[in-house]
Amino acid sequence: MDNSQEDQEAQKTGTTRRQFLGQVGLASAGLQLVPLLSKAGSMLPDNEAAPAEPVTVSLMVNGSRKTLTLDTRVTLLDALREKLQMTGSKKGCDHGQCGACTVLADGRRINSCLHLAVMCEGTEVTTIEGLAKGEELHPMQAAFLKHDGFQCGYCTPGQICSAVGLVREGHAHTDEEIREQMSGNICRCGAYNNILDAIKEVQTA
Amino acid sequence: MNELTGKPIDRVDGRLKVTGGATYAAEFPVKNVAYGVTVTSTITKGRIKNIDTGAAGKMPGVLGIMTSENCMQLHFPAGSDPGAGKYAEKDLLPLQNDRVFYGGQHIAVVVAETFEQAEHAAAMVKVEYAEQTPVVGFEKNALTAYKPASGLGGAETQVKRGDADAAMQTAAVKTDATYTTPVFSHNAMEPHASLAVWEGDQLTVYDATQSVMGVKALLSAMLGVPAEKVRVIAHYIGGGFGSKGFTWANPFLAAMAARQFNRPVKIALARQQVYSTAGRRTQTSQKIALGADRSGKLLAVKHATISETSFVDEFVETAGVATPMLYSSPNVDVSHELVRLNRGTPCPMRAPGESVGTYSLEVAMDELAEKLNIDPLQLRLINHADTEEQKKKQFSEKSLKECYERGAKAIGWSNCPAKPGLTKEGRYLVGYGMATATYPANRSASSAKATLFADGHAEILCGTQDIGTGTYTIATQIAADAFGLPVDKVTVKLGDSMYPKGAQSGGSQVTASVGPPIRAAALGAVDKLITIAIADPGSPLHNQKREDIITGNGRIFLKDDANKGEPLVAVLSRKGLDKIEADAKTNVSTRPSLPAPAPAGSPEAKTEEESKTNMAVQEDENTDRSAYAFHSFGAQFVKVLVDPDLGTIKVDKIVGVMDIGKVMNLKTAVNQIKGGMIFGLGMALMENLQYDPNNGRIVTRDLVQYLVPVHADIPEIEVQFIDRPDLYISPLGARGIGEIGVTGMAAAIANAVYNATGKRIRDLPITPDKLIV
Ligand code: FES
Ligand code: FES
Repeated sequence: MDNSQEDQEAQKTGTTRRQFLGQVGLASAGLQLVPLLSKAGSMLPDNEAAPAEPVTVSLMVNGSRKTLTLDTRVTLLDALREKLQMTGSKKGCDHGQCGACTVLADGRRINSCLHLAVMCEGTEVTTIEGLAKGEELHPMQAAFLKHDGFQCGYCTPGQICSAVGLVREGHAHTDEEIREQMSGNICRCGAYNNILDAIKEVQTA
Repeated sequence: MNELTGKPIDRVDGRLKVTGGATYAAEFPVKNVAYGVTVTSTITKGRIKNIDTGAAGKMPGVLGIMTSENCMQLHFPAGSDPGAGKYAEKDLLPLQNDRVFYGGQHIAVVVAETFEQAEHAAAMVKVEYAEQTPVVGFEKNALTAYKPASGLGGAETQVKRGDADAAMQTAAVKTDATYTTPVFSHNAMEPHASLAVWEGDQLTVYDATQSVMGVKALLSAMLGVPAEKVRVIAHYIGGGFGSKGFTWANPFLAAMAARQFNRPVKIALARQQVYSTAGRRTQTSQKIALGADRSGKLLAVKHATISETSFVDEFVETAGVATPMLYSSPNVDVSHELVRLNRGTPCPMRAPGESVGTYSLEVAMDELAEKLNIDPLQLRLINHADTEEQKKKQFSEKSLKECYERGAKAIGWSNCPAKPGLTKEGRYLVGYGMATATYPANRSASSAKATLFADGHAEILCGTQDIGTGTYTIATQIAADAFGLPVDKVTVKLGDSMYPKGAQSGGSQVTASVGPPIRAAALGAVDKLITIAIADPGSPLHNQKREDIITGNGRIFLKDDANKGEPLVAVLSRKGLDKIEADAKTNVSTRPSLPAPAPAGSPEAKTEEESKTNMAVQEDENTDRSAYAFHSFGAQFVKVLVDPDLGTIKVDKIVGVMDIGKVMNLKTAVNQIKGGMIFGLGMALMENLQYDPNNGRIVTRDLVQYLVPVHADIPEIEVQFIDRPDLYISPLGARGIGEIGVTGMAAAIANAVYNATGKRIRDLPITPDKLIV
């Protein structure tokens, strides 16, 4: 993949591999990434089990500042769900394969399960809980409701955040393009037709 | 009547779902919760010689490690009735001994202050095994197949009518082929999760389940805790598709660990663990032989299925279940055999039996049509079953011919190339295919409570659950109609075992099962109110006749003089009552036998007593159903485009016309059917859970390797309904719709691919490699 392709890719994933590795390298100096990347722990020597030092991280979530003292291994997704009790962002795979955890980082859609919370210092994070203005739903939320763009609702926060990001990216206009660019968000219930209708309605509004 | 049922209203729980406010099992804000991460076996068969928890146990934040050495003993579950809770692996109760029956089996639980600590420590647990040679490979072990005595809930697995072998001899045109389907994984977006909290001897489990009542019954039986001390909550469930219908280890591990370490414990399975420990669809090999006369009339149908199960329970995928009734034929022979492998136990997955069974049967019909040189749709019409020939019953309602007709028109069936592999659109080969869809209409005994409050709002309580099917919404519509109230005045509460016993979300039975008691309870509450009004000199309806009074717009009034009446709440406030409530149980079941009456003195027995004077219940229960067979039907049509060089398949259009009785909510109904069709598309073209041929462990255990349909795979789908109420199944007229959408779809796609390419792929999924060789 050349650089320009990789940057395009970053539009979708919110980070490039280069950036990701850089970020991980910085943020995780001295921390233990083993369980995140592999379950083959039983093959490691015991001294690999050194504890992670907690760090203080300040996150900007839905416009309000949250300061957390965290194990450096905590993903952004788990920080939201387990530390901040913001359970709107869902965990479907924890591996960047389903999109249920999609949030907006500085307006771009990212898989929050692939980001360590400590990498997000200084990032404006918008989650599903931050889209509505008080009682007034975000147009994308209203369109999902109107078009029945879900069934069980578990993929829905990720679909909606991803759709908001997609519209903002401004380059997916045909059905084909929208489908392609929403393909990182799996809906096992199969509400795909309705999700497409919802996105088109918002995009053309 | 029926002003709201049928209307395509928005989901009543939609707002919560689009704002992130719907709370799933692992998300309940419980104080002081500890995290459990399970360690799973890395061998496929053998014994655990030793689990070294030394290093792991000393890691920061670890509260303890639960293994078979130190965990509490469980009791064997009493029954295996899926309605009353079915533990999925009866001979492998969690952590009860040192035996390993499959790869990825739970063998220990690490509990720690944080998820990260638990996950890290779980990786540090060292397990020594005494490995044995596992039984791996389905085809390799086909010779060990045995005939199971029965299927789920006592379902018949060997069915004969006439003499199929003799008839086959005389048939002028025959097909005989074997069709194979791989293991499929439900892959509900929410991985199984359980959060257990003990308060003294009272246990609450927040669980991702399709049956709060089933999990409650099992927790009580297996943990040895009185049923009234167990509460199971599942307000929202992130999909199930059958994987959360049987109960797996997760709620037990959470409850056991919570007791052992004296902390609330949350166990949310990793996606990878779901593949091995939480069910799947079995692999099948189905041999189908069809014999017909020259006019196309079927003379004999033979359908022999071999599937596989585990060494710790027996689950039969009844692939031939629909075969004896789907088409008219004097001679039928359906059989099922099982092979035991060292794999996790299979379980129902969306249309268990029919989904894979209609794939093979409906492709076989296509093959027969070709040999007969008859249009495949015409062949279905020639063999249309006007009655249920195996049970010798009438269908309660069947409009399948209309489904065929409307579907053919919508897809443009007349464009279907008569000769396969010759027609192109641009550079793509184009093909059309069709198949019949079918699923039985199930119903089981259920109860509900309805309450009308003095402030004018009403509430329904029912111990069923909404797994995404729309039950909250449909129940609201039903209750609103019965109360004569607008939708926003009715609150439906589900997913709590404290509520009256409702049906499990399986077998497409929820609407047909809980709809009638919800309606009856609401009507019962209104009836009580009317009785009060008639007796009350202060009411404008004083001394009026009961039968002259009706409900609507939040009022009770005279049928012939709408002005003579009063608001429902006026009756309550005049009497100083803050509410009026009614319980109802409809003891109607499509199963052969009715459940035993509730134990005397139990709340359920009280409900049964009250239901004896509930007119709606009585009418429903007194309907004579003995002459009828209850089935939904449909017609699936597909157009595909196949790249002749690459073999890639693009489904270009899907049309399904469904005959499912009354449509309760067009919006949620269309969505359900489309979801089923997409399940079928996944089956047909990509899904395949693969096991290592040597060690038997699952290879494709994530969403990169186990492909499910994504946005880019999905064309425009058109769904139509016949929408003809089936008043024999229930007064509401609705049969279930959760499963029928998947049936026939894989066959319709396979037939379309054949029509496009001339290549008959009898082995799912149909991947490009199979087309270009
Ligand atoms: S949970 Fe992050 S992509 Fe699946
Ligand atoms: S709504 Fe259930 S997975 Fe999308």
